[in-house]
Amino acid sequence: MRSLALAVILTLAALPARAGSTHVAVAANFTQAAQEIARAFKAASGHDAVLSFGASGALYAQITQGAPYEVLLSADEERPRQAVAAGLALGETRFTYAIGRLALWSRDGRAAQGEAALRAGGSGKIAIANPASAPYGGAAIETLKALKLYDELSPRLVQGASIAQTFQFAETGNAELAFVALAQVIGRSDGSRWLVPASLHRPILQDAALLKTGAGKEAARAFLAFLKGPQARAIIERHGYEAGAGN
Amino acid sequence: MFGLSPDIWRPIILTLELASLTTAILLVVATPIAWWLARSHSWWAEIVASVVALPLVLPPTVLGFYLLVMLGPDGPGGAIASLWGARTLAFSFTGLVIGSVIYSLPFVVQPIRNAFAAMGDRPMEAAATLRASPWRAFWTVAVPLARPGFLTGAILGFAHTVGEFGVVLMIGGNIPGVTKVLSVAIFDFVETSRWPEAHALAAGMVVFSFVVILSMSFVEKRMGRLSS
Amino acid sequence: MSDASITVRLRDQRGAFTLDASFEAPGRGVTAIFGPSGSGKTTVLRCIAGLHRAAHGHVAIKGDVWQDGASFRPVHQRPIGYVFQEASLFSHLSVRGNLLFGARAASGEPLLGFDEAVALLGLAPLLDRAPLTLSGGERQRVAIGRALLSRPRLLLMDEPLSALDRAAREEILPFLEQLHERLSLPVLYVTHDMAEVERLADQIILMEKGRVIGAGPLAQMQSDPALPLMGAREAAVSLEGEVIAFDPAYGLASLTVAGGVFLVPALKAEVGERRRLRIWAGDVSLALAAPSGSTIVNILPARILDARQSGDHQMTAVLGLGEDGAGAHLLARVTRRSWEQLALAPGLVVHAQVKGAALTPRHTIQS
Repeated sequence: MRSLALAVILTLAALPARAGSTHVAVAANFTQAAQEIARAFKAASGHDAVLSFGASGALYAQITQGAPYEVLLSADEERPRQAVAAGLALGETRFTYAIGRLALWSRDGRAAQGEAALRAGGSGKIAIANPASAPYGGAAIETLKALKLYDELSPRLVQGASIAQTFQFAETGNAELAFVALAQVIGRSDGSRWLVPASLHRPILQDAALLKTGAGKEAARAFLAFLKGPQARAIIERHGYEAGAGN
Repeated sequence: MFGLSPDIWRPIILTLELASLTTAILLVVATPIAWWLARSHSWWAEIVASVVALPLVLPPTVLGFYLLVMLGPDGPGGAIASLWGARTLAFSFTGLVIGSVIYSLPFVVQPIRNAFAAMGDRPMEAAATLRASPWRAFWTVAVPLARPGFLTGAILGFAHTVGEFGVVLMIGGNIPGVTKVLSVAIFDFVETSRWPEAHALAAGMVVFSFVVILSMSFVEKRMGRLSS
Repeated sequence: MSDASITVRLRDQRGAFTLDASFEAPGRGVTAIFGPSGSGKTTVLRCIAGLHRAAHGHVAIKGDVWQDGASFRPVHQRPIGYVFQEASLFSHLSVRGNLLFGARAASGEPLLGFDEAVALLGLAPLLDRAPLTLSGGERQRVAIGRALLSRPRLLLMDEPLSALDRAAREEILPFLEQLHERLSLPVLYVTHDMAEVERLADQIILMEKGRVIGAGPLAQMQSDPALPLMGAREAAVSLEGEVIAFDPAYGLASLTVAGGVFLVPALKAEVGERRRLRIWAGDVSLALAAPSGSTIVNILPARILDARQSGDHQMTAVLGLGEDGAGAHLLARVTRRSWEQLALAPGLVVHAQVKGAALTPRHTIQS
């Protein structure tokens, strides 16, 4: 809620600025990091980045319907690739700006310490994001398979429609454990978490691209350039992601 | 079943089970509430009526969120679940039934309440002067006279449960055969670009809803003619 | 307060309306509760039925206490029959279902059997019909039958005819008269229509603004100078008499009442049968000497018992039949001029000339 209010304030503050501005569509899981980056971008370049948040799928659908976004920060690599294929984005501008990290979280202070939490047995539910539509859900399934626990644990799995809802299941205690994005829990001191080794699943690549609409906008290109820079990378890492490889 | 894949028919069966059970429970729960609301003149009744009507205006996410908390270990649902060693009523068929009953309650209470109110005091008075105890008068006079209201309530309650999505999404956990109902299955098919399946189920829902609305207007017409 | 009577004392406050009504009525015959609308008649009836609970009340029927102090017997445990202004039939049941509804739970001696009730009220052709298809009069007949079949020990009727048109009223009244004759059931009958009272009631309770202003036998109340009935434009007395002779050639019946015999037109009358006469005050004139050569058939000696001025120019006198004035009461309305010229006054013996004495109509219903 607070982040939403903040986004509104930022948006309002950004509108009257005389310097250039660019409209950025941001995957919801990247909300807080994006806000911080936008502030740093403003301070460094004088340009405003107007942020719109939403599920990647929804944002993509809006872009196909002519939404005035100039930059897309997706939660996956699929949508930016599709955008390029559909001629909505410039292929050479596509890059991985962040790599998501999967974490196992429990609101119980001891329940999610290490891989052992998954091997401890029990009957509590384990929440994952819907693997069909959310990359973190797919990563969770890959992790369980890599640990050879999938068959044993699949009766305990419940699915959230989004990664946010998956976290909600665990936060309300309805699910004992949840595979969530590290970004969601990095700021929390309560509960317990285990950072799932990146080797257990394919990397969760979050890609960005310049959209056709932003091709001629200096502020849009500047924002993407800033996103690759050290200042943005530091922010991204602080928020629980690995920074992307750049190009 | 009928050559359909389990992905298709399991959500259908589950949804029908859920809607039938929910409707049955709703009729039992809603009847005394509707009766009291229709007969009470206290300002309390209006407050209770407003609470019952809340699901009409609340977004399913609000209801779903509260249900998630209520059904979980911090709420009464968790206390009940702990009786058989579970930590929550969420992610279970029972949880869906509870959620559906609350969510569809106003759709059943309102028509029954209206039917009881439209009846007025007189039939119950007449029954009492004919030696009928309040209990007998209720069953032999009030309930039969309010039959159109019960019918409308049952149809609406059933249909609304079938069409429920947001709440189930928030408390169900999408478990095939347990909580993966029709609306969620359609959502999944759409999300995963399995459009033929999505089309089949969605078209079925459209036809079902149409039949429901049509039968409702028939009920109303028929009953309206009878009571005019 | 005999065991055979109905004792009612009610006190209640509802908004600006105060009910403070007490009366006793005999445990037989028809007792009309009469008064203008808003006088509290229906409230009294509802309190007796238990449909309304007066804050303070005592209701006892033939020694059976239904309300007293804190005790209050619920409606369904009171052996009453209640006929509402609107028939209030159950629309989901057939006529038969309605008739049997009360019979099912009722206990005690049946007043009359199902077939008997159906015959009495002419319901046979209606039994399988739905209430919504009946006329107003038919509905009310079913309602009466339904009430009777619930084996009441007291029948309460709340303006049962007032929602009906004239034709339907005329359809029902004979049935009510039959009931009166055939059943010993006491009836409390609320109405604001004096014509109904004159035809049906034996006793009358007069109400005004929530209070009972008079109660007693009908004729006595009609001729009580302290009560408003006597002053009404349509003032009349209703006399109960026995047929002692019938002359079919002239179509005249001789009816004996206390203190005199009346000759009245009648299509048919059985010797020994009891019939009711209605005599309007305006149809009675007074003469000091017995007139001869008059076309008026009924000239009876009577004594003036009391008199009241009615309006500016008329007097209404209460007469007692017979020279001693001990017989039945009549009312006579004469001009003030005649009154003064003849020097009429209470105590005087006069000859009452009755222009029109009419038997209250009786439709012959074959039952």
